[in-house]
Amino acid sequence: MIEPTPFHARTAALNRTGLWSHWAGQIVVERYDLDPKVEYYAVRNAAGLFDTSPLFKYRIAGPDAERFLAGVLARDVRKCRPGQAQYTFWCDDRGFVNEDGVVFRTSSDEFLLTSAEPNLSYLRNLIGYLRVEVEDVSADYGILVLAGPGSRALLASLATETSQLEYFHLTQTKIGSAPVIVSRTGYTGDLGYEVWVESGDALAVWDALMEAGSSRRLIPFGNLVLRMLRIEAGLLLIGVDFRSSRFAWTDEQRATPIELGYGWMFRDLAKDDRAFIGRKAIEAELAGATSRWKLVGIELDWRRFDDAHRSLGLPTPKIDVPVEEAMMIYSLDREVVGFSSSFMYSPMLQRHIALARVPLSLMAPGSPVQLEIMINHRFYPVGATVTRLPFFNPERKTV
Amino acid sequence: MSASRSYDAIVIGAGHNGLVNGAYLAKAGLKTLILERRHLVGGAAITEELRPGFQFTTFSYALSLIRPDIVAELELTKHGFMVLPMPHSFAPMENGDHLLIGTDHYRNQIEVARHSQRDADALEDFEHLMGMVVQAVKPLVDSIPPNIVSKEPEELARMAALGSHLRNLDPKVLHMLVRLLTGSSADILDDYFESEILKGWLASSSIIGSKVGPRSQGSGLVLLYHSMGEYDGIFGKWGLHKGGNGGFTQVLARAAQAYGAEIALNSPVTAVTTTNGRVTGVALESGVELEATVVVSALDPRRTFLQLVDPRELPLDLVENIRRMRFQGTSSKVNFALDGLPRYPALGDRWEQYRGFINIGPSIDYLERAFDDAKYGSYSRRPYIDASIQSVIDPEMAPPGKHVMSCFVQYTPYHLKESDWDTERENMADTVQNTLERFFPGFSNLVLQREVVTPLDIERTVGLTEGNIFAGEFLAPQMYFFRPAPGWNQYRTPLDGYYQCGSGTHPGGCVIGAPGKLASTQIISDLREKAWGGGLPR
Repeated sequence: MIEPTPFHARTAALNRTGLWSHWAGQIVVERYDLDPKVEYYAVRNAAGLFDTSPLFKYRIAGPDAERFLAGVLARDVRKCRPGQAQYTFWCDDRGFVNEDGVVFRTSSDEFLLTSAEPNLSYLRNLIGYLRVEVEDVSADYGILVLAGPGSRALLASLATETSQLEYFHLTQTKIGSAPVIVSRTGYTGDLGYEVWVESGDALAVWDALMEAGSSRRLIPFGNLVLRMLRIEAGLLLIGVDFRSSRFAWTDEQRATPIELGYGWMFRDLAKDDRAFIGRKAIEAELAGATSRWKLVGIELDWRRFDDAHRSLGLPTPKIDVPVEEAMMIYSLDREVVGFSSSFMYSPMLQRHIALARVPLSLMAPGSPVQLEIMINHRFYPVGATVTRLPFFNPERKTV
Repeated sequence: MSASRSYDAIVIGAGHNGLVNGAYLAKAGLKTLILERRHLVGGAAITEELRPGFQFTTFSYALSLIRPDIVAELELTKHGFMVLPMPHSFAPMENGDHLLIGTDHYRNQIEVARHSQRDADALEDFEHLMGMVVQAVKPLVDSIPPNIVSKEPEELARMAALGSHLRNLDPKVLHMLVRLLTGSSADILDDYFESEILKGWLASSSIIGSKVGPRSQGSGLVLLYHSMGEYDGIFGKWGLHKGGNGGFTQVLARAAQAYGAEIALNSPVTAVTTTNGRVTGVALESGVELEATVVVSALDPRRTFLQLVDPRELPLDLVENIRRMRFQGTSSKVNFALDGLPRYPALGDRWEQYRGFINIGPSIDYLERAFDDAKYGSYSRRPYIDASIQSVIDPEMAPPGKHVMSCFVQYTPYHLKESDWDTERENMADTVQNTLERFFPGFSNLVLQREVVTPLDIERTVGLTEGNIFAGEFLAPQMYFFRPAPGWNQYRTPLDGYYQCGSGTHPGGCVIGAPGKLASTQIISDLREKAWGGGLPR
């Protein structure tokens, strides 16, 4: 049976489309509104609420918790102080990405980790003699994403101290009588928060947030809009933009953090004495510049996209529903050199954007490429330019 | 600003077309100054906080026609361009029922079928054909029209290209285009539909801003014009810019400044100065004179040709054409600050219907009767109202729980036969408020404040002749080849270096930006040709 999330009673009442998605064995709203753009702009202009409960959640606790994670996670978790959070990867010993997720440090010896796929046996198998326990707490908590320029004031009206929360910091507080963990994180590329609440308190916290947001036009948003927001934010989706090394058949299907554009995580590697999984391979990749490709952003040349349609007598489609399938990338001499994994029309940027893999020779912002677009069942290469990620990066996100 | 300052280009009027024009000229490397008479940019596209926390869109109130190429070329998204969706269109009926159109294809069919089964798929045929027509005229909207009186080979070639474009159209599309350009919207809509509410809703777009009724020849043209816009690729859809259209013109101002244009507020221009038929600059009301190689008027044609320059320097034909040009503004605005959302009895406490336009024009008869009053020189006793509660779409436009409501009102002719607007202003607004009260019982109890803008107020505040919102009526003899006058439809004027870029030029009217852009194209190309520009690369 497909399971409801702790917020299901509320999300079901508000879902006016009858459209649902399955996510990690749970049922979540695909879109609430007949016009998804309304939900999208709630996040970009006001405030939106998203049920992200199906994430897998692990508690890693014990005197050696930090030491354990420092060896498992690729990014140096020791720099994540209590009250902070980190986006991170965990790799295999050949430096290929198993998964990505966010680690939340709730105290000196306790962490919470979220991931899109199950990792309990993977993590427990690496404990060895360390004094640490890894526990799957997925069902214990519901998580809400509250995002948008209005989210700060809205949340502060319920929990004053959250107004001071810095980017990727967290605090333990209460909404009403329910204890919650609030972190300045999310998957939207906007000012926003995640609120962890014990499952039994989930509905009360949902109600409190919706009530506080009622005069500010807070509306819930579904899975479709989250996928739009994350592309604009340049954030990766496992199974779409990369594949877990654990379940890849060949190395061609694998990716390294550096290839995925996260080489900055290893900037201080020389000063970092951790023995973490994949370290040697990552060092070798950095030293030898042996990355095979780079995940970059590309922007389609709007005029050429327009012309391609106009010359066929067609209006220019501007479809914001993400295409999460490969579309070929060509070099200017018409050779296939890569592919895009996520493509959409961005309403905020008023242009088509894509996350794409290109050869290192074309990774520099400004590099010209072509993206293969299908029009009337024929393929047309349309000019595009490599651009810096994230595509959309408002000041309010981090300030 | 000192008397000795000189510019490559001076743009008179910081309405949206003036700002677009100035931004393109600055982007091309011209030292550009944009002069604005008032204390804020935007012309008729402004947002004003008339009550703390309440943002009023005093004049224009939504966006659709703004050309996507301008948004991209001027990099407006970097400066805050953001058009919020208006997914619904809500048309209340006099019997308490309603038509509520949204973005879901089949829901709309079901909703239309409530009123007429056969109209449901007829609406699709109609919309598809309108889309084909819009696609067909788009290249004409987005380019400089040929000069119909010129015998220059370049212009003859342009005419030939236009002819070939039209010849290549699907005959059905061409015929619909001709019907729209010459006929009445009621005739066309009667061919497709039987439902009065559906026809009333569609016909409303055929009268906005114009002194025509849905049964007048010429209303088809107005309908076509209002269908030519798009919202993220969907033809005919409208949106609300963040902060209203004033939010949009602030974005344009930032873009223009980012390209190096200067904007001077509180700087009324009294005259464009000339020597021997060649422009030399402008004279300000302050007494300051500024020099410029190019002067561009973003004002309407009457002011451009008869006020800023001496008509005696102009060909008599042109002067006569401009004098004859019809303006006769017929629209007003009544904007409200509200204590809460109005209640439509049949929909109880629902509010989603307010995410868009509220169309008080329940039948063609209703619209035509409203027009009848105007024909005989009075304002409509039962006016057509295009309302929108903008704070539902952009919550920041009013304090939490409160709202701002923009109401575009017709018909309110500039020339009242038996009275004048200073006398009738509040009476007209009462008529509007009473009309709203009939559809939304209890409406008046919600009103915290009311702003009334008559055609006379539009003329006084913005400078649009007779308060015509398009800077010259949308009439076939005032469009394309003839906007604003035959032979002078390519943004030039008889005075060397003096150009026009306002809504009174092709394809002006509405917040479209194309006149500003196309004028800049003409200016830059002329400068290159004549090598006036000094630094302009060929």
